[in-house]
Amino acid sequence: MASLRRVRRTVVDGAFTGFCWVVTGVALFALGLILWSLATQGFGGLNLNVFALPTEPSGSPGGLMNAIVGSIVTCLLAMIMAVIVGVLAGTWLAEYGGESLYAKVIRFLNDILLSAPSVLVGLFVYNILVAHVIGHFSAIAGAVALALIAVPIITRTTEDVLKLQPTALRESGVALGTPRWTAIRKILWRSAASGILTGGLLAFARISGETAPLLFTALGNQYFSVGLHEPMLGLTQPIAALPLVIFQYAMSPYDDWQHLAWTGALIVAAAVLGTNILARIVTRERRPS
Amino acid sequence: MTAAQPISRSRPSPRGAAIDPLFKAACLAAATMLLAALAGILITLTIGGWPALSTFGLNFFTTARWDPVAGVFGGLGPIAGTLISSVLALLFSLPIAFGVAVFLVEFCPTLLRRPIGVAVELLAGIPSIVYGMWGLFVFAPFFANTIEVPIMTAAPDGSFWQQLTTGVPNGANVLTASIVLAIMILPYMAAVLRELFLTVPPQLRESGYGMGSTTYEVVTKISLPYVRRSAVGAVMLGLGRALGETMAVTFIIGNSHDVPTSLFASGSTIASTIANEFNEATSPMHSAALIALGLVLFLITFVVLAIARALLGAERQA
Repeated sequence: MASLRRVRRTVVDGAFTGFCWVVTGVALFALGLILWSLATQGFGGLNLNVFALPTEPSGSPGGLMNAIVGSIVTCLLAMIMAVIVGVLAGTWLAEYGGESLYAKVIRFLNDILLSAPSVLVGLFVYNILVAHVIGHFSAIAGAVALALIAVPIITRTTEDVLKLQPTALRESGVALGTPRWTAIRKILWRSAASGILTGGLLAFARISGETAPLLFTALGNQYFSVGLHEPMLGLTQPIAALPLVIFQYAMSPYDDWQHLAWTGALIVAAAVLGTNILARIVTRERRPS
Repeated sequence: MTAAQPISRSRPSPRGAAIDPLFKAACLAAATMLLAALAGILITLTIGGWPALSTFGLNFFTTARWDPVAGVFGGLGPIAGTLISSVLALLFSLPIAFGVAVFLVEFCPTLLRRPIGVAVELLAGIPSIVYGMWGLFVFAPFFANTIEVPIMTAAPDGSFWQQLTTGVPNGANVLTASIVLAIMILPYMAAVLRELFLTVPPQLRESGYGMGSTTYEVVTKISLPYVRRSAVGAVMLGLGRALGETMAVTFIIGNSHDVPTSLFASGSTIASTIANEFNEATSPMHSAALIALGLVLFLITFVVLAIARALLGAERQA
């Protein structure tokens, strides 16, 4: 009997071990396959024209220049808003809110917002800004939608890194007689800087690949829409964005557009991966893992 | 005898002290904006979707006739499609994510542990539109030719299998959408589960090994019970992500508003319907119906995410 049980245990354990190995192999293979098709399909179309020419109708040589610039403009605009709100909100949660009921509610809602469907954020911004306040699709509306996705990430990381700072730091500020806000700015934020930067980079990586929230806000634009000569720098106009162009081109029946879509996807993926890796490097200086 | 000078107990307040309350108020205002954003989403979706909800009432949730020309909207197709594709995706990816997490914690050679762990975490950040494109151009044609067609021809007439596999074998259907969705949430779930397994105190696991347990027994009888609550929370987080996913699904689910009756039938999800139709909505009622669908999606994800957070509790996972 005992030996039978032993055999059974060995077999079950062997099967389990095999399952884990096989499954990891399959998962890595599938994910590698995606990266491989991205690289093979995308690199072929990668040339200077992609960065130098704006989007053109199918058949004429075109690039993605206006989409790349549009993505950078909307993302930077969004990050400016998101960093201000996110860092302040995170600071409130860590330094002022404590364990009060309101802080708990905000923390909970922030966590919900962190994984809320991004298409709904787009709908929300459409209903407020596009339908009423501004009245039409615009780069600003797109930036606000992206900011709404970035804020929870920054809030969360800011709160987490501020809580990691030793109480002695706060007390040192009090001992010097500084007002609290000076202590927060000059001591806490400074010592938590790399953590906050990581949060910002993660948020930037996240929003630079987002498509859904831009569909009803930035809309996309076939032309180059920002410039110093434009009224309001062109930010109240619909603006092109790389993920939007990828979506439009990939769904189109034209070969050359589909190739450009792959190239665009490669650029977006490389930007996102690069930012994420940068975030990891910044974090590693702080805590070995 | 000189009169004692009263000691001045007040000192000049430090420079900038007046701004202190302002700064606190600004921080509070920023935190409140989060509340306002979520409340705003709920309120605008309710107001925007109300015309459709009040016109069609319960029929909006129980009928599948989505007809912008006649102005009749029943959301059962997208609602069912959302739930079916998300649950299928979760069923596909959960065992694999679990296996990957266990592999990384228990079996992986030390040399590979960090690279694979980092790779899994980085893959979780790849934008969903990339997964969608891969699904559309690479996976769907492959799946249609090498898997769908043989299975459809092999299914015996009149059997359950035939019912489950009827459809147009073009690769754009509920099953392929679920598989692409599963691949997309896989790195995310594996990363979260791995983090959870790493929280199990080494002494606990080692005591198990010390008693002569096999790895299988340590994982199922020590590690899993230890992280049970949080693990369910992590799974719910993955489900929440699948429910709200837009781009990966829009590319490949086929965009039909019928309730999918077979794995190879095309369908739609709430998010894909909104993404496809909102900008081209033909009438105010069409927009309202789409926003009402958005409200349904919001409520579903809110409940799922709330449960996830409650289960994950204090040890909040990203």
